[in-house]
Amino acid sequence: MEFLFASDEWQVLLDNLPNLPFATWESFYATAISTILAMVVGLPLGVLLVAGEKDGVLPLPGWLMTLLNAVINLLRSVPFLILMIAVLPLSMVVLGTSIGTPASIIPLFIASFPFVSRLVETSLREVDGGVIEAAQSMGATPLQIIIKVMIPESLPSLIANATIAMTTILGYSAMAGIIGGGGLGQIAINYGYYRYKYLIMVVATVLLVIMVQIFQSIGTWLAVRCDKRLRK
Amino acid sequence: MIELQHLTKRFATKAGTLVALQDISLTIQDGDIFGIIGMSGAGKSTLVRCINMLEKPDEGSVIVNGRKMETLDARGLREARREIAMIFQQFNLLMQRNCLKNVCFPMELAGVPKDKAEARARELLELVGLPDKAESYPAQLSGGQKQRVAIARALATDPKVLLCDEATSALDPNTTHAILQLIQNINKELGITVVIITHQMSVVEQVCQNVAILDAGKVVEQGSVAEIFSNPKTPAARRLVFPAGAPQGELPAGHRLVRVAFNGTQTTDKPLVASLAIECGALVSIVAADTRIVNGQTLGSMLLALPDNADEAEKAIAYIRTYPGLTYEEVQA
Ligand SMILES: Nc1ncnc2c1ncn2[C@@H]1O[C@H](COP(=O)(O)OP(=O)(O)OP(=O)(O)O)[C@@H](O)[C@H]1O
Ligand SMILES: [Mg+2]
Repeated sequence: MEFLFASDEWQVLLDNLPNLPFATWESFYATAISTILAMVVGLPLGVLLVAGEKDGVLPLPGWLMTLLNAVINLLRSVPFLILMIAVLPLSMVVLGTSIGTPASIIPLFIASFPFVSRLVETSLREVDGGVIEAAQSMGATPLQIIIKVMIPESLPSLIANATIAMTTILGYSAMAGIIGGGGLGQIAINYGYYRYKYLIMVVATVLLVIMVQIFQSIGTWLAVRCDKRLRK
Repeated sequence: MIELQHLTKRFATKAGTLVALQDISLTIQDGDIFGIIGMSGAGKSTLVRCINMLEKPDEGSVIVNGRKMETLDARGLREARREIAMIFQQFNLLMQRNCLKNVCFPMELAGVPKDKAEARARELLELVGLPDKAESYPAQLSGGQKQRVAIARALATDPKVLLCDEATSALDPNTTHAILQLIQNINKELGITVVIITHQMSVVEQVCQNVAILDAGKVVEQGSVAEIFSNPKTPAARRLVFPAGAPQGELPAGHRLVRVAFNGTQTTDKPLVASLAIECGALVSIVAADTRIVNGQTLGSMLLALPDNADEAEKAIAYIRTYPGLTYEEVQA
């Protein structure tokens, strides 16, 4: 804990204080946009994983399901650090740069949509098969069952899982600081790891922890609030 | 009219092929309340699910109101299903929608405009006796209330047929009675044909006109409730009609035993056992009895031990033979 008493530690912190709000904002928006993109792609994929099964509401060819599962598993098993480096060329092509917060969104998205697909899959599987059967007995189309039964009935669980996704992506976004992804992660790595200035690293980390707490609280509150299964 | 012709359904299981339904043929007339009763695993749910093609039969035909169900394409099947409503043991309401929206659901699927659907949904909630629960969520209702909402929902698309798969099995006896009464009213007032799946004889007794007994995937008996109840012929039917049965192990030895079955035509002011004593002087004792009143008629059976004296026993049998409204058979102790 000696670092608390070193004057240069405090000097670095003071110098960087004005940067912290912007870095926090960068972390937030990289996370938010990545989460949204991951949901946009992960939700339909998660739906396909459940509905496309042999006895699902919209059975898909077996080979397609096998392929889908294999690709998702493959992407999920690549460590984020390696994935991040592997997609650097892609960021160059798409955005013309491989550093900065926008560039970090690409690996964040690629790393998180397979994860989100699995979370969505888990949520949708919680929907009671009897309810789906009831909808079928009323003459619902597969699309109607997905949109009017499966998704609304699992909404609280979907929100809870989106929250898990968002906090996880926030963690990844901090790692993206290594390749110049900006945000609190980059401050923590630049000073703490490369220059042994621990105080600012601790402050940046505390800010990340506070963000996780806020996301989690809002997510939990929303999930509970929209769940009509709870007697009130 | 619902016609099932030579219906067979097999399931592939790890242990091999399981024949859940075997060559089932049944006709259910319009406006009937038809019971399908059987022990657990007899294939009742599979049978009723074949009627709306939730289960595709392997062989045979299902014809509902002239439509050959197994030949319909996806679209035709969806349309046919709007005329065949179904209610379930577990109610299967949408838990994230309030009751009004639950009742609106099938109309929403059919593209009925929202305001029209809501007006109709309120009427239906009124009909099932829950006008004040429109804004409540299913989690806030009792089982009986949930089933009422499910019934309102089932009626939303003006179906011609209502399929009930163990619709009262999760309810207590009083609530069961009330729900059956509601189903009976709906049948009378709206002319909807009702198919009731149950393993409880009391359910069939209360509301059904006709009944089929399903045992191990086969229909072993069918006919009017009075007919089947008064004189069940097959062992499966007897098990269901007389759940208490004759206590085989405890039969008093050394007596001749006679089982009499009332078929619901005898005059109730002439009780059999008393008449036997007074009119022919035969003192019989009741070993087991399981009788009940159905639609105002006495049905069921009694196991009687005849007097030890052979002459008296013969006289008693002769008397029973001529007694109106019952069938009898001698039972070996
Ligand atoms: N999808 C399925 N796959 C394999 N076997 C099945 C399937 N559905 C039903 N069965 C089998 O078919 C038989 C009949 O089942 P069914 O559910 O129709 O019985 P049931 O008469 O409704 O019984 P219960 O009163 O317990 O509901 C049972 O042996 C059951 O195990
Ligand atoms: Mg069943």
